[in-house]
Amino acid sequence: MKMNFNNPVLFKELKLRFRSPKSFIGILFYLIAMCIFVFGFIYATMTVSGTSYFRPSESFILFGLLAFIQLGLVLFITPGLTAGAISSEREKQTLSILLTTSQSSFQIISGKLSSSIAFLLLLIVAGLPVYSLVFLFGGISPLDFVKVFLFLFVTLLAIGSVGVMFSTLIRRTIVSMIATYGTMLFLSVVTGFIFLIVLQMTAFNHTGTGAPTTSYLGHILASINPAILFASFLSQGMGDSISEMTQVKFPIWIGYLIFYLSLTVISLLISVKKLRVNMKRSK
Amino acid sequence: MIEIKGLTKKYGQFKALDNLNLTLSEGTVFGFVGANGAGKSTTFLILATLLQPTAGDVFIDGVNIRKNPQAVRKMIGYMPDFFGVYDQLKADEYLDFYGASYGIPEAERQKLIPQLLELVNLSHKRHAYVDLLSRGMKQRLCLARSLIHDPKVLILDEPASGLDPRARVEMRDILRTLKKMGKTILISSHILPELAEMCDEIGVIDNGRLIAHGSVAEIQDKLRGERVITVRLAGQLDNTIAFFEEDPYVTNIEQLDANDGISFSYKGTEEDQVILLKRAIMNNIPILSFMEHVTNLEDVFMEITKGAD
Ligand SMILES: Nc1ncnc2c1ncn2[C@@H]1O[C@H](COP(=O)(O)OP(=O)(O)OP(=O)(O)O)[C@@H](O)[C@H]1O
Ligand SMILES: [Mg+2]
Repeated sequence: MKMNFNNPVLFKELKLRFRSPKSFIGILFYLIAMCIFVFGFIYATMTVSGTSYFRPSESFILFGLLAFIQLGLVLFITPGLTAGAISSEREKQTLSILLTTSQSSFQIISGKLSSSIAFLLLLIVAGLPVYSLVFLFGGISPLDFVKVFLFLFVTLLAIGSVGVMFSTLIRRTIVSMIATYGTMLFLSVVTGFIFLIVLQMTAFNHTGTGAPTTSYLGHILASINPAILFASFLSQGMGDSISEMTQVKFPIWIGYLIFYLSLTVISLLISVKKLRVNMKRSK
Repeated sequence: MIEIKGLTKKYGQFKALDNLNLTLSEGTVFGFVGANGAGKSTTFLILATLLQPTAGDVFIDGVNIRKNPQAVRKMIGYMPDFFGVYDQLKADEYLDFYGASYGIPEAERQKLIPQLLELVNLSHKRHAYVDLLSRGMKQRLCLARSLIHDPKVLILDEPASGLDPRARVEMRDILRTLKKMGKTILISSHILPELAEMCDEIGVIDNGRLIAHGSVAEIQDKLRGERVITVRLAGQLDNTIAFFEEDPYVTNIEQLDANDGISFSYKGTEEDQVILLKRAIMNNIPILSFMEHVTNLEDVFMEITKGAD
């Protein structure tokens, strides 16, 4: 842990990031997007219901939508922040010098990753005041709140690690970006589609027999899809119905944690291993 | 200090380095000369732990770079032929970042940075953004950077390329200072005379093979094989020709255009040359001057690299 507090790469990256006007513009747009959404929603519900107050049940829906919006933004921003971590240094020809310093490969990789994570956390923290609106109206327990943020963090950590891994393995930033966005889309969209198809097929196979069979594949897919996970947090019924549909009792949030933490660890291990050339004899 | 044993590097089927052997003692300034694509940068990349050798070993201060690259990184300062800098970073912050990367404590870095900037004559650019510095300034800053952890060995890949004549002279002065500090320095260049001025030893590499290695004088000697000597005389031209013709190492005697002397090729060693001059004087030959022609180093370079093909 000591290295994380005293990591030259991390400090340099943060310094550069906060010097660049791009970062502030990024934060600004992120907040504007969230605000437009929240106020738009409140305005819309009030017009539809014709009342001038906002009910807790609606504020829970707002909370849910906010969580989804934030998940979406984080999923889209994280690859952009991390997929160039190493490859952009390679392209700027600063990597070779960095690699001849006596920092360990782990220090360099963790510095790169944590500087991106720090920026994402800043985005999330900057968005908190918007959430406070939801609290103002009540209806959300702090536990829901903590759960959503914890899993948001786990998700961005994993996607960020995948980005750093691709940028270590792939020479060109563009290609690394494509690979990272591809992975992100696969995890968040493709798995969702396949999940639906698998469920349809099992349901179709068993129409009439009345005894639904277990679908491990469906359950695994549900466990790695961030959207399904968030949905299960936001409505208890959703979580139960997934277990009902797949006939697997294992809670999907545990599956999610296992999958994304392993993804993080494996990606980081590969990055650390592949950052520098292996000087040992080939055989 | 540096021991390179049978170093070989293949890119696919292409042999960029072929069984390179080289030993350098501590405090040597070694000049590495070779044409484009000869393998200089490849050698330096391996020494800097950035490239895996196909075969062979390198020891720096007794440490095998294959076994313990991390320890080697602490001992070497490497300056690549092409390098970039971070934008949005000032010169002192640039040095500070690399200082921190070598684990130098903050307080020490604050003392070191002004000294290093002073050494490379960049004190006035301390607060300038590095990406806005001129090429020569970036080069000097990079040299300062490679010194920040006080390495024993400096590996400089064409440090003088892109520098104006004045900056070259300054670079040479800096390297002299570093030599006085006892550092072992490896410099590569295409320009032999430039290296000859500041190096103790020269290695000539061609097609991945070290074809000559020694002191500057030795290299000149060895490569030339023969020297051209001009003797100016106060009379007695015929006697003199007869005298020099007897020497077994003398060939190609010619009269000078002004008819006041002769020139000839000489193949003997330097000791032989001394004895020859002594004998000529004892034989009462009225020598005004006895001068060894310094063949242009460029010619020597062309000569060797041509011959090795
Ligand atoms: N990554 C690589 N892949 C394939 N071949 C390479 C690679 N790097 C270098 N080479 C080849 O290896 C040879 C030696 O290259 P190197 O860069 O060491 O030459 P050099 O002596 O530094 O030349 P220069 O004076 O132009 O800098 C060249 O023929 C080059 O084409
Ligand atoms: Mg080169």
